[in-house]
Amino acid sequence: MYTQALNQQDGVATQATPASEDAGAVARFEARVAAEDKIEPNDWMPAAYRRTLVRQISQHAHSEIIGMQPEGNWITRAPSLRRKAALLAKVQDEGGHGLYLYAAAETLGVSREELYAQLLSGKAKYSSIFNYPTLTWADIGAIGWLVDGAAIMNQIPLCRTSYGPYARAMIRVCKEESFHQRQGYEIMLTLSRGTAEQKAMAQDALDRWWWPSLMMFGPPDGESQHSDQSMRWKIKRFTNDDLRQQFVDATVPQGHHLGLTFPDPELRFDAEGGHWRFGAIDWAEFKAVLAGNGPCNRQRLKTRRNAHESGAWVREAALAHAAKRRARAAQPARAAE
Amino acid sequence: MSGICDMTSILVAQDAPPLLLHVLRLADTALVLGHRLSEWTGRAPMLEEELALANAALDYIGQARSLYDYAARLDGRGRTEDDLAYLRDTPDWRCWLIAELPNGDFAHSVLRQFLVAAALQPYWRALAASRDATLAAIAAKAEKEAAYHLRHAGEWVIRLGDGTDESHRRMTEALEDLWPYTGEMFEADAVEAALVAEGVAPDPLALRPAWEAMVARVLAEATLDLPAPCAWMQSGGRRGVHTEHLGHLLAVMQHLPRSYPGAVW
Repeated sequence: MYTQALNQQDGVATQATPASEDAGAVARFEARVAAEDKIEPNDWMPAAYRRTLVRQISQHAHSEIIGMQPEGNWITRAPSLRRKAALLAKVQDEGGHGLYLYAAAETLGVSREELYAQLLSGKAKYSSIFNYPTLTWADIGAIGWLVDGAAIMNQIPLCRTSYGPYARAMIRVCKEESFHQRQGYEIMLTLSRGTAEQKAMAQDALDRWWWPSLMMFGPPDGESQHSDQSMRWKIKRFTNDDLRQQFVDATVPQGHHLGLTFPDPELRFDAEGGHWRFGAIDWAEFKAVLAGNGPCNRQRLKTRRNAHESGAWVREAALAHAAKRRARAAQPARAAE
Repeated sequence: MSGICDMTSILVAQDAPPLLLHVLRLADTALVLGHRLSEWTGRAPMLEEELALANAALDYIGQARSLYDYAARLDGRGRTEDDLAYLRDTPDWRCWLIAELPNGDFAHSVLRQFLVAAALQPYWRALAASRDATLAAIAAKAEKEAAYHLRHAGEWVIRLGDGTDESHRRMTEALEDLWPYTGEMFEADAVEAALVAEGVAPDPLALRPAWEAMVARVLAEATLDLPAPCAWMQSGGRRGVHTEHLGHLLAVMQHLPRSYPGAVW
């Protein structure tokens, strides 16, 4: 998902509880979590719980910020004024999600600047999906339908995650994401009922975005390193594979309604199990993209870095002006003389 | 897009009656400015500004949609807001030149926002009293938005003018670049004269002193020198004679509807 790299790296950080942590405090914490109490910023929490949350929330925030780029790529070329306004508002929502997720992470004792520096340096991860290019207008539909659809699958359970500020941020995020998902599907519907060229555009977008969307849920459960701990702490509510299956089950009929074909010859309905069974995911591609070798990894980070660097003088000027104002306010008497 | 799709471009502004031409001028300025602001997406100097610039862009695009919708009704040939935005070629556009200039750096962008909002806010306020009920309603909403744009951009002009040596230098350069395009915002021709006489539109010249006072106050606080009042002014956008930049903007913006004539998006 937007935090899929959690499963991939940093083996040590979230594992053991340090010996220094009071066993009684840990037990009380775990009892609260088990009782579905929300953990709040000033409550005691194990250091590993805090670190896992900081990584998860910041990866999610970074994904929102980087995710502005592939869709932002089509704002100036949106084919109608209604689409233009909707897409711009959507990308703005993503910036807003990034902002309140950074704020949620800050309640855990890290600064936005620190987290942002980790993103720009390439140290922090963001969702692999945003390293794919948006080549046609249909990609805007496909992202809304598939990528936001996959995000919602993961984020609805996060509205009940054990950390209060994260859970509350997710409630608003989910409302907006589900609106985006409907918007994306509506673009796909319009294209698939349009001219032959538009339908081909929609099919091509599905062909390119389907498998990367399935990869958004992260590696299969057997390879997911932190699932157990995160499930016990109720940071995570369902496993990667469970969520992926839910997504496929919900999405395949939607694609058929559009009259489109999924790029998976093994896709079939298992009437007995009640699920859509899908073919093998190319995990080598997933790992390559996470490792920085996707089609747009370098471009996405470079764009963000350029924006940050070329805005440095603006931030410095704002601080300098604020300092001058403070200095002037501190000397009103002298100024009046 | 409407059914009129087999032609390459449509002409609307040419020979348009005064009210339609006036509405088109306002609409084109709003859309082009909204489009320019939307180009900042993902490139702003801080996250808060990403959201603020997108907000202003959405306001302008929203204003443009209401105005195009009205223009299409006045035009009376079954065209839609999208026909007007996507099927007219450069010479049929009637926006102010200042709106179509490339964004430049953040100094240029916020200064343009400020200079334009300082002209538009009093304009919308006066237009809200128009005898044309549709224009009055559009103006009443737009005035609230322009007041916010003015405050937001004005604060940035002060911050950057008064900030560091570099920001002061960039603001000074932006002021030199943009100032020659401010005169056009107060031009009035026979179109305005007819509408002013009917009580449909305010006289832009009458609104100029308020703009000058606002600009002088903010520039002073920003420690920026007010340019000479009699400086040479560029003009032409309201007559369809544009800068080189508008054609590129339209080529990008109109690409899809032009490439797939008749398609519905």
